Amino acid sequence: MVRSTVLICGGTGCSSSGSAKIKDKMVEEIKAAGLENEVKVVVTGCFGLCALGPIMIVYPEGTFYSRVTVEDVPEIVSEHLLKGRIVKHLAYDETVKDNEILSLNDTAFYKKQKRIALRNCGVINPENIDEYIGTDGYQALGKVLTEMQPQEVIDVIKASGLRGRGGAGFPTGMKWQFAANQPAGKKFVCCNADEGDPGAFMDRSILEGDPHALIEAMAIAGYAIGSDQGYVYVRAEYPIAVQRLQIALNQAREYGLLGKDIFGTGFNFDIELRLGAGAFVCGEETALMTSIEGKRGEPRPRPPFPAVKGLYGRPSILNNVETYANVAQIILKGADWFKSMGTEKSSGTKVFALGGKIKNTGLVEVPMGTTLRDIIYEIGGGIPDGKKFKAAQTGGPSGGCIPEKHLDTPIDFENLAAIGSIMGSGGLIVMDEDNCMVDIAKFFLEFTVDESCGKCTPCRVGTVRMLEILDKITSGNGTLEDIDKLEELCNYVKSASLCGLGQTAPNPVLSTLQYFRDEYVAHVVDKKCPAGVCKNLMRYVIIEDKCKGCTACARKCPVGAITGTVKQPHVIDAEKCVKCGVCIETCKFGAIVKQ
Amino acid sequence: MKKKPTTVAFKGTHEQELELDRLIAAHKDDPGALMPVLQGAQEIYGYLPEEVQRHIGLAMGIPFEQVYGVSTFYSQFSLNPKGEVAIAVCLGTACYVKGSGGILDKISSILDLAVGETSRDGKYSIEATRCIGACGLAPVLTINNEVYGRLTVAQVEGILKKYM
Repeated sequence: MVRSTVLICGGTGCSSSGSAKIKDKMVEEIKAAGLENEVKVVVTGCFGLCALGPIMIVYPEGTFYSRVTVEDVPEIVSEHLLKGRIVKHLAYDETVKDNEILSLNDTAFYKKQKRIALRNCGVINPENIDEYIGTDGYQALGKVLTEMQPQEVIDVIKASGLRGRGGAGFPTGMKWQFAANQPAGKKFVCCNADEGDPGAFMDRSILEGDPHALIEAMAIAGYAIGSDQGYVYVRAEYPIAVQRLQIALNQAREYGLLGKDIFGTGFNFDIELRLGAGAFVCGEETALMTSIEGKRGEPRPRPPFPAVKGLYGRPSILNNVETYANVAQIILKGADWFKSMGTEKSSGTKVFALGGKIKNTGLVEVPMGTTLRDIIYEIGGGIPDGKKFKAAQTGGPSGGCIPEKHLDTPIDFENLAAIGSIMGSGGLIVMDEDNCMVDIAKFFLEFTVDESCGKCTPCRVGTVRMLEILDKITSGNGTLEDIDKLEELCNYVKSASLCGLGQTAPNPVLSTLQYFRDEYVAHVVDKKCPAGVCKNLMRYVIIEDKCKGCTACARKCPVGAITGTVKQPHVIDAEKCVKCGVCIETCKFGAIVKQ
Repeated sequence: MKKKPTTVAFKGTHEQELELDRLIAAHKDDPGALMPVLQGAQEIYGYLPEEVQRHIGLAMGIPFEQVYGVSTFYSQFSLNPKGEVAIAVCLGTACYVKGSGGILDKISSILDLAVGETSRDGKYSIEATRCIGACGLAPVLTINNEVYGRLTVAQVEGILKKYM
């Protein structure tokens, strides 16, 4: 009989830090201890707290082991699994209180979360369909096919107030209604799993941790709009997600949950995978569909909207992974249950990928209307190393930077737009005093310039001109007029571009201009980068009083820019210095600073 | 995205060509098959030489300029062979705010090689990638699919030495 279950995270974050080797070692040690019939090892999807990876949870105790190494495994087996003694020094310190082990759900990171889209991530084995079925999986599909008319399904989704989680927040039920209203014939159900925002990984985690939730929801959508064919457009850079999705599709077909005559109701539906090849613009619905057709992923003007004329010229719907991940739960628990969470106009929850200068990097799901302050300080654990918060960036290259004064804004689609950002897919990157906001705006614009498909002039040329101005400013050659020109150009690009990529590309610049204009001014008037990031605007200096003359920096300097005699203060030759920063890292006395 | 055509001579083998032809035949009747074929071809050859793109165009009845249009549109497709030591530094937002730009500069200066290029002897290549999804380990770089996370500029030299 199985008396203990060891869950090991197999998400991308933990896999990158070696969770597969830990699993192998665990299986080996369990066997050596003769426990293979008593302890089960399960590889799951993402637990969310990526900062502490590789993560392992042992049930029934629910002990949360963090930053596990292969060397730790024998101790966990001999102490915990064999003798029933929790290895306290390996447990996540927040779960150890007064010598007692707390449940994971009582820790600050999990307490305020509400998991719907992520409900199975880190709980079930994503490569085993039985585990999904064991947590009510495919019940919603059964209910829909046997008890509901397609219009009833659409009505429930509409009543739930579910809005697209990919960024724009378009009401999902309405989208389905448009496609359902088209005359019967070939229609397509598409899923955007191309997560283009660099710094967002919620869709990937759902694909890796709960792929059947997506398959079930797409089949439900197929029934609702009258389609028998689905496409998942997934990033090729997500090998684990692609592999698990493929396994899940095969299992669903084997169980008769995809294919012909599902549940004996005469309903046919199947799904094909298409690998994206790395193009941010393919997050735009018409571009994504063009890409599935095997062409350059360029957007086209709307209308006609995809619901009328989409993939291969047929009526099509496109939803994001996280949107689909809510669907089966809404069908089972009802529209009112879903509406009971979140704000009036944005019901339900939202998953955020916390990254950047924050303690608990990872994936969190909170009810809409939670404040940024709660997410960053309560759940995220605040800024590490005692640094000062500067901005929170949401929406990736299409979003904006939110300053301290707006941290108490309840997050929903409307509120984020009102403060100059967007919800986007849910990337939330925290920046501290060491980040230069002009440099961040430039970083996003470099991305946009790279990713602009080139079809329309405002985006193709406008973004390049904007980048040139930002380059000028960060290299110390900007003027006050440049800032005004930049702002003007932003507004042109925003209003004249063909698709969402161009229309939102100026957001990172506009929001930093709105909230951090003083930093721009410092760059052009004082010729200084307050955060000490822009290389041309700073120099490295040795503070005479602090320098002990140990010569460590002089020996490490790659260009020989540091000179001085032993035990005497050294100096840096600004002409020779390439500002690589090696000296700062080498100095043990904190004698070198950026100015 | 701007892409530089390669200066490396094409060294495809007969076996590779047979494999490519099998791949094309398998996708013969699929609508929108060009992307999966290009992805498969890149797996066979490691990159997409012009010769291979021409071959695909002819075999699939698609004009070469259309094949080239697609292969240069998507960042996943590489017109250059990767180095034996393929270095990729993540420039996703989470890694960037934690200083991956400095790490990329450092590697580039140590190897005296520009980002996006392969050294003449084919030994090294440096690539700036978008988010690889290991944001919890930021800043991150990969060398031949081995992941190095929570990096500082000071660690870079030591890591590279393992591959020199």
